[in-house]
Amino acid sequence: MTQDPVDHMVSDSTDLRHSAKIGAREAGGPHRQGLVSDAPAKMSSRDLKVYYGDKQALYDVSLDIPVNQVTAFIGPSGCGKSTYLRCLNRMNDNIDVCRVAGSVMLDGHDIYDDDQDVVQLRSRIGMVFQKPNPFPKSIYDNVAYGPRIHGMAKDRDELNGIVLGSLERAGLLEEVRDRLDAPGTGLSGGQQQRLCIARAIAVRPEVILMDEPCSALDPIATERIEELIMELKANYTIIIVTHSMQQARRVSDKTAFFHLGRLVEHGLTKAVFEDPQDDRTKDYVTGRIG
Amino acid sequence: MTDITETQIRMARRLARRHGAEKRFKLLALLAAWIGLVFLGVLLFTVIKSGHTALLQTEVLLKVTLQGSDLGQPVSGDRSEAVAGANYNAVIKRALRETFPEVKGRSQLRELYGLVSVAAAYEVREAMMEHADPVGNTVAIWVTASDDVDLIIKGTVPRTAPEEQRHLSDRQMNWIESLEKADGIKAKFNTNFFTSGDSREPELAGILGGAMGSLYAILVCLAISFPLGVASAVYLECFAPKNKVTEFIEVNINNLAAVPSIVFGLLGLAIFLNVFMLPRSAPLVGGMVLSLLTLPTIIIAGRAAIKAVPPSVREAALALGASPIQAVFHHVLPLAMPGILTGTIIGTAGALGETAPLLMIGMVAFIVDVPTSVVDPATVLPVQIFLWSDIPEKAFVERTSAAILVLLSFVCLLNLVAVYLRRKFEIRW
Repeated sequence: MTQDPVDHMVSDSTDLRHSAKIGAREAGGPHRQGLVSDAPAKMSSRDLKVYYGDKQALYDVSLDIPVNQVTAFIGPSGCGKSTYLRCLNRMNDNIDVCRVAGSVMLDGHDIYDDDQDVVQLRSRIGMVFQKPNPFPKSIYDNVAYGPRIHGMAKDRDELNGIVLGSLERAGLLEEVRDRLDAPGTGLSGGQQQRLCIARAIAVRPEVILMDEPCSALDPIATERIEELIMELKANYTIIIVTHSMQQARRVSDKTAFFHLGRLVEHGLTKAVFEDPQDDRTKDYVTGRIG
Repeated sequence: MTDITETQIRMARRLARRHGAEKRFKLLALLAAWIGLVFLGVLLFTVIKSGHTALLQTEVLLKVTLQGSDLGQPVSGDRSEAVAGANYNAVIKRALRETFPEVKGRSQLRELYGLVSVAAAYEVREAMMEHADPVGNTVAIWVTASDDVDLIIKGTVPRTAPEEQRHLSDRQMNWIESLEKADGIKAKFNTNFFTSGDSREPELAGILGGAMGSLYAILVCLAISFPLGVASAVYLECFAPKNKVTEFIEVNINNLAAVPSIVFGLLGLAIFLNVFMLPRSAPLVGGMVLSLLTLPTIIIAGRAAIKAVPPSVREAALALGASPIQAVFHHVLPLAMPGILTGTIIGTAGALGETAPLLMIGMVAFIVDVPTSVVDPATVLPVQIFLWSDIPEKAFVERTSAAILVLLSFVCLLNLVAVYLRRKFEIRW
């Protein structure tokens, strides 16, 4: 799969587009390009609007997601950050009343184009959910499921390799090596979540979406997942929705703050937390709202 | 300060009331469960009490001798044909006369002959045909006794009962006693009941015809309603758009579950028999009608079971790039299976006990032959029970109860299969 820089493909000249390219230019307003990382964008959205029936859930979100970095979405409940995340792998397609307008680019190709195969898209963009949701199958089968349906392995040995490699990269292999046939649902919460990560990376995605992956876990399990995220970002573009501002600060390179369905502010994590430009961001990161 | 103590007293009183209510409710629930159990116990007890005797059948030991004069006239001159065509009624009568040489006169002899069933001739014929050298040798054969003798021997009718109640004369009673003394009469396990079809003679009537009819009808019913029901449930729950049309379908399925079963029988008569020209009285049509009956149950149970599968499982599969069909068939359906199976078994058990719709398609009939395929004329267990319960002969009473027991064990068997399948699928959870 290609990982070309895509900034040149974005044709319209919103300031966000430049944000991905021009690192040092200082500009006013909530979107301060100067503090945005200069890595090329893996995914980007332009004027993304989402409606649930008559209710609009997202207003004109334009955002670039840099390649091989961790981008955190923060904001109070119901602010649209999860909705936005689910637009990125078209999980919202499964909701009857949900309507999406605008564009989301993956490597410069609009994933909402008619010719975009959703199944193929989701093999490129993995997802980890809020509540660990391993299949009620063995640990092995959990990880092997994705490679199996996509026909990634040509024989058993190759499949074994993919499964063990994925468990290894998810930092779970040592704990489960001798019980791969045990049910995935029998693991502890943190192990289950790492199993879900292993399952996601077994399909060799380019992007991993994480929807509050640690909210159901204890601090120790959370720490392990966060370490894992830091390791994984070398190879994957990671987007994480989180309620914990500490977590966003710890793991993310870039942070986007959502409020009432709008992208209020985004930039380098350090800048968003230490020098927020918008009052709403300031209130939120200092704990006054949310 | 006073406020606090007053509140505390009020709370304590309230707490006592709450505990009391809880205790009363527990007792009531326990009582309800016990009442249910007692009813079930009484039902089972009465059915078993009156039905267990049908497991035994009295037989009489006859020393029969096939004589050359009894043999039939073979067309081809074949000896076995002559044996097969022999007059076995005469053989049996002679054997009875030889056992009781003192019996004289037409009416007395008729009473004597009445001790054995009309089936005795067939039984002797069968034994003789298997015999290497049947002619001239005296062979001891157990033959079926008549139903009235059977009832006396098994004690269903007391020996002290007046003549008109036991349907046997005092003379016949004496013969029975002398047979008993010589060990020439006894109750044996009634294999005939489980291996033959219906008959006008109670001692010959068996349940196999009804059982096979039920089995075929249920198999046809399951073969139609299970795949259709599961497919409908999957479509309605996972793929159908939520609009007026699906809402309309939903309401109608729920209504269908409440339609009186005889209406489905009328539909079967009008469509399956009159339009499709399918055979009358056939388990095929019976199964089709019953599938109409179980379909709504399966769909409703299937939808509930699919709805109960956590959506996170389906989402996980979709997020991995599974197609919607794959997500459903690999993950949702296996998890919903225990629930779907429960619904299916409940529906099938209901269909198994159904009589009314089968009335309409001619499955309420006196059919002697055991069906060997789904298009043979047949009756089903509940219809068999209904038919036997209508017959005035006393010997059919125990057979009716025994048939009920067979039907109940059928249902039990179905439930066991359901429990087994449920366990099997639940292990994967």
